[in-house]
Amino acid sequence: MIRQQILYLWLGGGALDTGVVAWAFHDGSNGEGPSLPVEEPPYRSGVAAMRDGWFLLQSPRSVAPRPGEEHYTNYLNHEFIFERRIEVTGDGSLQ
Amino acid sequence: MPAADHRLTTLEMAQFVTDGYLRFDGLIPYDLNRRLRKELTQLARRKAGMESTFEAALPQTGTPLSECYTDGDAIREFLDLPSVAGIIKSLVGTDPVFDHDWVHYLRGNTQHEQHLHVDAVIDTIDPTFDIQLFYFPHDVEAGAGGTRFVPGSHLRHVRAEGVGRYQHIVGDQRFEGPAGTLMAFHHGLWHAGQKNHSDRDRIMYKLRLNPSEPQVRLWNTDDFDEVHNDYRDHTFAHPRRDSVAEILRRTQSWHGEDGRYEQMQHARLWRYLTGDNNYDVDYYLTRLEARAEMLSADNA
Repeated sequence: MIRQQILYLWLGGGALDTGVVAWAFHDGSNGEGPSLPVEEPPYRSGVAAMRDGWFLLQSPRSVAPRPGEEHYTNYLNHEFIFERRIEVTGDGSLQ
Repeated sequence: MPAADHRLTTLEMAQFVTDGYLRFDGLIPYDLNRRLRKELTQLARRKAGMESTFEAALPQTGTPLSECYTDGDAIREFLDLPSVAGIIKSLVGTDPVFDHDWVHYLRGNTQHEQHLHVDAVIDTIDPTFDIQLFYFPHDVEAGAGGTRFVPGSHLRHVRAEGVGRYQHIVGDQRFEGPAGTLMAFHHGLWHAGQKNHSDRDRIMYKLRLNPSEPQVRLWNTDDFDEVHNDYRDHTFAHPRRDSVAEILRRTQSWHGEDGRYEQMQHARLWRYLTGDNNYDVDYYLTRLEARAEMLSADNA
């Protein structure tokens, strides 16, 4: 059976080769697939993740700020989502 | 170090504006920590509806802080410590409003952790702020449930739980430190409770306070004229290295390309705190305002 691992990388800029500023990892293989470090960013950039076998699922588009909001900040802008497909032997449903 | 009268200095206030928090290691004396550990444990039991020896009246939201826990013991003594009162006064005034408090009692070997969150709804863009005091009455080792928080996140306009997707942010911190440490958070600072891998229960007392007066120059301003810069303090022209701007232009690596927008927010908050509506960091606000003024004059 195939299960997904999902990696969110938030980058410091809109280009895929800029540095990682935040990340999140969700493991649909329930530990059967390879894990990632948690203390340090798992990759230096989005491109580095691709070179390690991650496939890009979604990249953000640039959105012009609404009038009056040009200089305010909110969420992390540059959210890239990757997947890796893992062959598992169990049913992958155990938490 | 706090000023001689225990209020904050101008440079400490600038650090609060930039980082969204201040930290004072081991501020509370040993004996008071010991008594607070007992009293806060009983307060936690009382708030949870359990049998408790804590008999002082629980303050109601909206009460002036000076009227809270007047028949208490260690909590009132904690609030009246000159060092604690000086921090509170500098940030939210002489007698701020009690919003709420809570004892976060985390048992040893707790495996639950919170998602990152903000203790607020999306606030308006006005610069006023509450503070939240985080007090740890005992040593907290690494991995023993110290609060996770994200320096420099306090001025972002996000929903309370909207930041829960960020499992890790470069530069986030997990508190560890000595007994008696007090941190003062801007209410917008992103934070989360953590797992407690130790065998020891972890106690943290959190107190939210609302300002009851404009938060303008409430700290010790003895150093103000010396360090408060004007708009010409510009990193691409003639930067000073000893001014408030030198602190306010500091950003976090996780801000990425948003750093200069954070600097603009720092400058806006400093304008409110100082009452100086011409204040600026690296000329961003002044440049825009000069153009608007020019257009306005042209249309007159």
